[in-house]
Amino acid sequence: MAIDILMPALSPTMEQGKLAKWLKKEGDKVKPGDVLAEIETDKATMEVEAIDEGVLAKILVGDGTDNVAVNTPIAVLAGEGEDASTVQASAPAPAPAPAQAAPTPDAQAEGLADRPAPDGRSGTDQMPRAEPAAPAVISNRTTHDAMAEIPEGTEMVTMTVREALRDAMAEEMRRDPDVFVMGEEVAEYQGAYKVTQGLLQEFGPRRVIDTPITEHGFAGVGVGAAYTGLKPVVEFMTFNFAMQAIDHIVNSAAKTLYMSGGQLGSPIVFRGPNGAAARVGAQHSQDYAAWYSSLPGLKVVVPYSASDAKGLLKSAIRDPNPVVFLENEILYGQSFPVPKLDDFLVPIGKARIHREGKDVTIVSYGMGMTYALKAAQELEKEGIDAEVVDLRTIRPMDTDTLVASVMKTGRCVTVDEGFPQSGVGAEIATRIMEHAFDYLDAPVARVTGKDVPMPYAANLEKLALPSVAEVVQAAKAVCYR
Amino acid sequence: MAVAARKAGRAASGAANKTNPSKNPVKKAPPNTPQFDKTQDLDAYREMLLIRRFEEKSGQMYGMGLIGGFCHLYIGQEAVVVGMQMATKDGDKVITGYRDHGHMLACGMDPKGVMAELTGRRGGLSKGKGGSMHMFSKEKHFYGGHGIVGAQVSLGTGIAFANRYRDDNTVCLTYFGDGAANQGQVYESFNMAELWKLPVVYVIENNRYAMGTSVNRASAQTDFSKRGVSFNIPGEQVDGMDVRAVHEAGLRAIEHARSGKGPYILEMLTYRYRGHSMSDPAKYRTKDEVTRMREEFDPIEQVRRRLLESWKLSEDELKAIDSKVREIVNEAAEFATHDPEPDASELYTDILLPTS
Repeated sequence: MAIDILMPALSPTMEQGKLAKWLKKEGDKVKPGDVLAEIETDKATMEVEAIDEGVLAKILVGDGTDNVAVNTPIAVLAGEGEDASTVQASAPAPAPAPAQAAPTPDAQAEGLADRPAPDGRSGTDQMPRAEPAAPAVISNRTTHDAMAEIPEGTEMVTMTVREALRDAMAEEMRRDPDVFVMGEEVAEYQGAYKVTQGLLQEFGPRRVIDTPITEHGFAGVGVGAAYTGLKPVVEFMTFNFAMQAIDHIVNSAAKTLYMSGGQLGSPIVFRGPNGAAARVGAQHSQDYAAWYSSLPGLKVVVPYSASDAKGLLKSAIRDPNPVVFLENEILYGQSFPVPKLDDFLVPIGKARIHREGKDVTIVSYGMGMTYALKAAQELEKEGIDAEVVDLRTIRPMDTDTLVASVMKTGRCVTVDEGFPQSGVGAEIATRIMEHAFDYLDAPVARVTGKDVPMPYAANLEKLALPSVAEVVQAAKAVCYR
Repeated sequence: MAVAARKAGRAASGAANKTNPSKNPVKKAPPNTPQFDKTQDLDAYREMLLIRRFEEKSGQMYGMGLIGGFCHLYIGQEAVVVGMQMATKDGDKVITGYRDHGHMLACGMDPKGVMAELTGRRGGLSKGKGGSMHMFSKEKHFYGGHGIVGAQVSLGTGIAFANRYRDDNTVCLTYFGDGAANQGQVYESFNMAELWKLPVVYVIENNRYAMGTSVNRASAQTDFSKRGVSFNIPGEQVDGMDVRAVHEAGLRAIEHARSGKGPYILEMLTYRYRGHSMSDPAKYRTKDEVTRMREEFDPIEQVRRRLLESWKLSEDELKAIDSKVREIVNEAAEFATHDPEPDASELYTDILLPTS
């Protein structure tokens, strides 16, 4: 029985990768553990090992092929007694997935990829194979707000959120010798999610520091260094692990300026991926925006697009206050147009009207924006003109922009992946009630993560997260449609 | 002189043996107990007396309701911070926990500002917003004043990281107690400090009780000088009631850290005469134990005897020092009593710094 060798996934969020090279050729005998090939993604390189014994009968995807979708057969292994020359692949060799090309700047495409749908990696036949989501091209009706941040005529380049964050750190490190980066795997490994790629090479081990796995300890070390005026960028591999360090973020960083009567600030950035990734279970899937946003003395930034990621991280590093900078693993690989400017800053504390509309305001941030923008598209088909506000900063919250939008539309839906109780949606709803009650034509509706620990099973996970359909439904509900 | 030195030796043994008689041999201070010259003894006496009188006054003012909340007195432990600070150089940094009044005075911070902070007044070092546990002085290189037990150990390690980053040849003295020594982040910090050879001296003030829990009820290894062994950090036990022994060990530890050899641990065997905080009746130990420590090992009395016997100062001269110190303390208390509370508008200031 011939066995298909499938394109493996390097991470739960990987959808495709490059088959860099084959280390075995057709006709070679292989046994379990033999390295067959090398595959690459923008994050890492990994070896494909043989699981079964046999003869490599046919290579279906050649050296150097880009965009090979996970689970595509890449070769066929002939079993014992089979004639390697006659075995057939069970599936035709696919063409490289075309859909994931980076958007062109002039298309202003944003919100390209969706969260990877559950795929067949578990090997069960019942599980439908995921189709990569079609690119959802949102016409970017960006308003004055963002236009003011990017001067007219600025050349835009396409880059991923990951690259934008790296460039932000590199630019600030070039500008200010007091800026340094520390965290687990940030230096020699080039970042667990490759966000710090190349920093060690440019800035050396004095300024790009690998720490032991001791979140509590190195967060405290970072804050101590910040007390003296250095500007640490502390990377948490994920914000789930920052729970070990939250005492230093809250008690040592956020409160010291006040407790010292204004003498001692903490110019520090805590950054890393936050929120649910995909299929990583309850302890690794949580949105901490609401937690940190309840604290005076902290700023909390959650970018969605690559240009905001870059401009806001640069502002965060320059900010004399502690900033919690919440990124998202799924957004890291998504591409957006980013202005080609020597020093592009986005102000902290300003929301952005991502899409203008008159019927209903959809407020979101970070990963939630992917649902909000797609929902706005769906709603447009049904004749509802939604305005999408990207908060970008959760604290200090840009109440003015929110209120102005709701005064215009009279209706509001909030979208975030956090838990519902005491969440960011709850906070937005309260502010709107306080400041725009008389303008509301319907109660504010919340779309949030469900009130459960994140399940592992693909179907349950999908249910636990917000969906485009839920946002559409909520928007229609507040429009009484 | 000889009498004082012998007594000091016993103090250290007594403190250690009491907690774990068989397993806890004191690493004796070098056989020749270090000596102070007259100026050093006089300086140490003045500094320690200032802390003692300041803390006695704080206790009184707490009783009068002028100081609220938590108030952790340093009485009994004065030799530790005074001896260590005498071993520092200009620019060296200091960080400690919540029993911090003595450290601030030893760093040269204004007693009026400290006392007014205790009473929550606008002239307090943190404008009345920090309280007993939270004062800071960039000018005097004092980085607090931290209320979460053990937090200052990571923070102090970070300050030492900054010293190394700037290559400014300074060290950070990181003080914490026998209670904090059991916190996990202490060992995370030890690991990084030795890994990166950071210029930090960890001063463990073992006053034998973590709040109401004696060391041998809370610590599997009661010899805290050995707590760095698995990280290759050298450590030693020091008679923390003898300011000369503290100073001498401090010089050695600071030199080690400053020269790039990495962190150093000093376990100071000391004793707190008062309760953990003002609300602690200290029922977990006998009155006799406290009395014995006060009568036989008091750090200030040791120096006073030397000043009288070796340096031939008269009782009158010592009284003059005492009244000078009392004057400073009374002035601080007076100020802290009459200084107004912070203006209500201060509620919303100092939360965030303006961005440029």
